[in-house]
Amino acid sequence: MSDQKAPKRRDFLFTASYAIGAVGVGAAVWPLVDQMNPDRSVKALASTEVDVSSLEPGKSITVLWRGKPVFIKRRTQEEIDDARSVKLNDLKHPEKDEDRAKNPEWLVMLGVCTHLGCVPLGDKGEYNGWFCPCHGSHYDTSGRIRKGPAPKNLEIPKYEFVNSNTIKIG
Amino acid sequence: MSDQNYVPSSKLGKWFNDRLPLLSLSAHLREYPTPKNLNYWWTFGGILTFCLIAQIVTGVVLAMHYVAHADLAFDSVEHIMRDVNYGWLIRYVHANGASMFFLAVYIHIFRALYYGSYKSPREVIWIIGMIIYLLMMMTAFMGYVLPWGQMSFWGATVITSLFSAIPLFGESITNWLWGGFAVDNPTLTRFFSLHYLLPFLILGLVILHIWALHVPGNNNPVGIDLKKPSKDTVPFHPYIVIKDLFALLLFLIVFAFFVFYAPNILGHSDNYIEANPMVTPAHIVPEWYLLPFYAILRSVPDKLLGVVAMFASIFILVILPWLDTSKVRSAIFRPLYKQFYWILVVDVILLGYMGAMPAEGTYLLIARVATAYYFLHFLIILPILGKKEKTLPVPLSITEPVLGGAPNPEIVKRKEIYH
Amino acid sequence: MKNFIKLISIIFLSVVFFGQKAFTEESKKLLSTDWSFKGYFGKFDRASLQRGYQVYTEVCASCHSMKYLSYRNLAEEGGPEFSEEEAKAIAANFEVIDGPNDDGEMFTRPAKLSDKFVSPYKNDKEAIASNGGAYPPDMSVLVKARSGGADYVYSLLLGYEDPPAGVTLDDGVYYNSYMYGNNIKMPNPLSEGLIEYNDGTIATEEQMAKDVVTFLAWSAEPHLEARHKIGFKAIIYLIILTILAYLSMKRLWSRIEPKV
Repeated sequence: MSDQKAPKRRDFLFTASYAIGAVGVGAAVWPLVDQMNPDRSVKALASTEVDVSSLEPGKSITVLWRGKPVFIKRRTQEEIDDARSVKLNDLKHPEKDEDRAKNPEWLVMLGVCTHLGCVPLGDKGEYNGWFCPCHGSHYDTSGRIRKGPAPKNLEIPKYEFVNSNTIKIG
Repeated sequence: MSDQNYVPSSKLGKWFNDRLPLLSLSAHLREYPTPKNLNYWWTFGGILTFCLIAQIVTGVVLAMHYVAHADLAFDSVEHIMRDVNYGWLIRYVHANGASMFFLAVYIHIFRALYYGSYKSPREVIWIIGMIIYLLMMMTAFMGYVLPWGQMSFWGATVITSLFSAIPLFGESITNWLWGGFAVDNPTLTRFFSLHYLLPFLILGLVILHIWALHVPGNNNPVGIDLKKPSKDTVPFHPYIVIKDLFALLLFLIVFAFFVFYAPNILGHSDNYIEANPMVTPAHIVPEWYLLPFYAILRSVPDKLLGVVAMFASIFILVILPWLDTSKVRSAIFRPLYKQFYWILVVDVILLGYMGAMPAEGTYLLIARVATAYYFLHFLIILPILGKKEKTLPVPLSITEPVLGGAPNPEIVKRKEIYH
Repeated sequence: MKNFIKLISIIFLSVVFFGQKAFTEESKKLLSTDWSFKGYFGKFDRASLQRGYQVYTEVCASCHSMKYLSYRNLAEEGGPEFSEEEAKAIAANFEVIDGPNDDGEMFTRPAKLSDKFVSPYKNDKEAIASNGGAYPPDMSVLVKARSGGADYVYSLLLGYEDPPAGVTLDDGVYYNSYMYGNNIKMPNPLSEGLIEYNDGTIATEEQMAKDVVTFLAWSAEPHLEARHKIGFKAIIYLIILTILAYLSMKRLWSRIEPKV
């Protein structure tokens, strides 16, 4: 009887040792992996405040946020009308301009082409919006993809108006 | 060896093994016949392998955040300690890991000295080991410079200035080492480069060290040859693997105690002051593991001879297999050698202690006597002992008393101590 | 096995012994107090850290920088743990130089959480020139940079005395019984009631010294609490695994006959 029991107990002991050992290896590896994630000083820079009081209608500025360019464009009425008159069916990635620019005068978006990450040029392209020189993606005055290889519209970051002159991105 | 004829069971395994015999190698490592009377002092080889890999892994990670520039190095270390995720843990493991590495290597070396593991046919293992030890000291020294604290800077200045003792070319050599007229940014960047490179050289030498070990097989407490699988040996896996693992875990408990509860106790507080070429700290002390050599350096009143004595104290170990002429390996069967061995241990610890004390008065006198004894042990005592000592009879096999013949009283005694 | 245990205990004992010896070897025995952060489960006393920060800004910060700290650290876990709003308000009291702006000019703005602590001097040379030729050291890692650590800094702050008979001091030099060589260029920074604590604690010299040293101990080792917590778990885990490994080893080796 005891002869039959012994192998079972042995199996349990070895299995427990392996399992607990594996947990420890995992716990030891995690710091080595996590150290590559954005560190505390990088995370602390996660929001930027921009003064936009001097921006004229029709003009745009580019600011750096989390190491990437952000386009802030003060749109003219014409550009707003242009963007809002487009039918959703004509879009590759259907989004209403009203959803992209809560305050229609201000368009805030990441200046990173959704194709392979180049920075599109302003006031260029067939839709009078942005044009990516790398592989020829055309964006309209709302930053939506209209033509070319990019799959999605230019991304809108999280932002808010702290007051009428200051936008806080992130 | 039994694995020469190893044939993998699967077809794919056989196909691969015919082209690159990795499976044969792994079979060899598993079946490697190991003397079954190895005691816990033999587990430090495995512990050292762990230390090397832990240092390389944490070091590669630290290099992702460290900046090798005189103006930024200290800041980047503080950045690692404060902002990088688990940066403090990784740095403390790396810094204390160096000390644990040396602790283990000293035990490993003194084990070899006690049991005569450097003797024929294991001279090459021993010499490779000494080269590894030398590279370890260089790597550790250069690593200590990288945080660019006061001890980093002044330690680097003092050690590199050793070379200025060389007649005629001294100054050209130090300037070449520094890349300038003093320790500065060029020195830091080259030290970083070499600190990253040398561990991989050590890793290569460790592989040779193990290869050279597997040719004659392990020495053992009794010091008799056990190369073929027999009643006296066990396969490396799982018997030695589990024993090594158990010892490693005990070692890790000590390691963890330092990392988590006394992470700076082995370092010097001055190294948390940024390097300043205008102010020298009151006491310049190397890390504890270099102290015996530092004591030898300072105990000789002449600059050049001091440097020569220090390097000679290491080189003398390289030629040890030819200085110790005794045919008997293990100190168990060498009653006189055993006593001199312990005197040497005390002597080296004493040298270490003197290395940490100011070089003046009684301290200096004791350091000089200890230095003289160190050389006396290797150059005079060992060769004479080899000729004069009356050794005890060495058994033919570990299990000799069991297999018949008169029980060896020494073996019976050792057994009681080990188990 | 017995030898092995003996070895480990010798290492432990010698570390404990030499560790304590290193501190007591100072020329004069250091003062100490009941530090909350000492010991295996030591944690910082939050209220003391917050008061310590007040002492630092109101007293030390006029000469001593803390260039490795950022205002965000004041709100981080394991530190003084001011609320984010409080930390923002603290930061906003300081002016930092930023720029260049679009016109190429540098400009000043109120500090944000991500900014480093503002230093009192533009550079080390100015710091030395303004302090009679002595450099007021940066205090970010001061506690780790002095042998004796927190006890030493605490003793120094309380160690000002009249010079013993026969000792004359140069102008701008003060007598401190814990300073190396007893001469210090920093005038006694603390005096009874020097500041008014926000939380109403009575500002005795001992209280201020204790609080500011606690704050400095945290700034030198901001992850101390995490270290103690993770360390405890890691060691318990290692002990359990060691016992399992020992049992596994015994079981495996029980197959080997004859035993040696």
